[in-house]
Amino acid sequence: MTDRTIAVDYLARVEGEGALRVRIHDRKVEEVELKIFEPPRFFEAFLRGRSYLEAPDITARICGICPVAYQMSSCHAMESAYGLRVAPAVRALRRLLYCGEWIESHALHIYLLHAPDFLGYPDAIRLAKDHPKVVQQGLQLKKVGNALMTLLGGREIHPVNVRVGGFYRCPSREETDGLRESVETALTLSQETARFVAGLDFPKVEEDYEFVSLRHPEEYPMNEGEVVSSRGLRIPVSRYEAEFEEIHVPYANALQSVRKGGGSYLVGPLARYALNRDRLGRKADAIAREVGLEPVVRNPYRSIIVRAVEMVEACDEALRILREYRPPEHPYVEAKGAPDNTRCMAATEAPRGLLYHRYRLGAGGLIEDAKIVAPTSQNQKRIEDDLRDVVGRFLDMDDAHLTSECERAVRNHDPCISCATHFLKLDLVRN
Amino acid sequence: MPRTSRPKVAVFKFASCDGCQLTLLDCEDELLPIASRVEIADFREASSAVIDGPFDLSLVEGSITTASDAERIQTIRAQSRALITIGACATAGGIQALRNFADVAEYQRVVYAHPEYIRTLATSTPIQDHVKVDFELRGCPISKAQLVEVLSAFLGGRAPNVPTESVCIECKRRGTVCVLVAHGTPCLGPVTQAGCGAICPSFNRGCYGCFGPQDATNVPSLTGKLLELGMDRPAVHRFLRSFNGNAPAFRAGADAAIAPEKGQ
Repeated sequence: MTDRTIAVDYLARVEGEGALRVRIHDRKVEEVELKIFEPPRFFEAFLRGRSYLEAPDITARICGICPVAYQMSSCHAMESAYGLRVAPAVRALRRLLYCGEWIESHALHIYLLHAPDFLGYPDAIRLAKDHPKVVQQGLQLKKVGNALMTLLGGREIHPVNVRVGGFYRCPSREETDGLRESVETALTLSQETARFVAGLDFPKVEEDYEFVSLRHPEEYPMNEGEVVSSRGLRIPVSRYEAEFEEIHVPYANALQSVRKGGGSYLVGPLARYALNRDRLGRKADAIAREVGLEPVVRNPYRSIIVRAVEMVEACDEALRILREYRPPEHPYVEAKGAPDNTRCMAATEAPRGLLYHRYRLGAGGLIEDAKIVAPTSQNQKRIEDDLRDVVGRFLDMDDAHLTSECERAVRNHDPCISCATHFLKLDLVRN
Repeated sequence: MPRTSRPKVAVFKFASCDGCQLTLLDCEDELLPIASRVEIADFREASSAVIDGPFDLSLVEGSITTASDAERIQTIRAQSRALITIGACATAGGIQALRNFADVAEYQRVVYAHPEYIRTLATSTPIQDHVKVDFELRGCPISKAQLVEVLSAFLGGRAPNVPTESVCIECKRRGTVCVLVAHGTPCLGPVTQAGCGAICPSFNRGCYGCFGPQDATNVPSLTGKLLELGMDRPAVHRFLRSFNGNAPAFRAGADAAIAPEKGQ
């Protein structure tokens, strides 16, 4: 009879503060906990009493890695409350801004956080000593993503130019043209990235995921779509809370999402790709075929290839938008009078997966109640399920190696613990 | 190749969004050159290799919101020759300092299914309320250029050149027409410290105070102007009470805005 505890006090190469604890008893995994100790910041509480116009800037501060996602979900929610329809050019610019965030975030994860695991380095800086070209390529891609965000948002972290109804100012055609060459280079680099990461060594694993993402009639999903799952769910965003719920576990300052009456599920690149493989543009489709990426990827380690394919899609899509762009007549539409619907919600695809916002608005457009469900809180339970499998597979490993395998399994999903922590239900009944 | 005595640099995180430490990774052109001149001893967001202190320089992101973090910052200070705070959370308490103006027991009751699982302090406070800080970098987020300047100054053993003028000066320098005077757009530029490059006015938007109050600032005078432009008092209050709302000048200004008998 042996008891073994694997504990990582501070997960590295993830955004935010998390830890994990695995208890093994008699060669059986008894307990797996992805512990989140990032201190709570009470966003949903202090959004109360703020104006609907402030939601994009305030919620952006939940996450420095994917602020655009928060701005997009909150804008769409508020626009649905006021019945605002944005101009087609504004819609295109939002997609372009999101492309920038996807490129930046995926390049960061692929090159600076994930690749070191495959190549046996503790970080990208040490990796750069032996493979300077690889890391420089990643930084160059990241820079192009950031340049798109800076063009449209004014800066890459917490962009200032996004507002409910559109943008404060839309760029001129000269400004957008100035970026085309670098995005063309980024497209080539992201294709090379896909070829490079497809050649890495992958552990042979298949997980039984229920994938959840948005699905749009024509596009690879970013800002709009229905919520679909690989087990047949297909609902409008307004029904999200009827199908998914969050539970509060004692060891984490975050809530874990589950399907109501069901188990864990997965959002993010693996889910988006599995459910929207047929929506990829020509270039991303071609590279996925070229590198032999299966149409549904159930091996979490291979998410690095899916991110590269999505980066190709984002670059290709950005180029299309830049080519077709004509500045709109008005950069934004303004809300007039009282909201049509005081209860409003929206979901968009953050780089890490579906991000749901719901608000209730009161007099003067002040927020009375807010609920935000981040990708990482949705994936948290599924990551624990992955960990259970990893420990089961590698039971004979010594503690040090088993620990690093566990950390690696967590990083497969690019969890953003800063995001996961700040969302705690406001509308719970206490006993 | 590298000298053995490269300065040891660490990056620590408290309550925050991770954006300010991401700024370091966003220095795409400077990251590898900087990394070759220092020894990155502890930077969990970027590396799983950790070298024990003491450190020559610690960069600290985030605010103090838990009892254990209040202890942790003491340990970090004791191990750091120089300590620089990065961003509005570390420097003023951040957006999460809005709890300082509310009943936290109520927040917790309302927010959590099981408040007993959560350990948090009633306040979110800046690092300087707990330990000596050698230099503060403002911003929500910090500016890349200022971060590189502070690191270069540290490596060169000189004082950093970080101006403390107002955002107005940056607008004038880049030739942006004043949105407050010309368009009547509410703007915190006159009372906010420079550093961002006056981005918002260049997008036809008023500054919303990411870099916190400028040293010699006159918030009541600006409050009068904002009311004149048609903002109501609660709106002025909210305008000042955001990412740097806990910084003394903005805190007092926000309070005065909704205390009409005494204030403006």
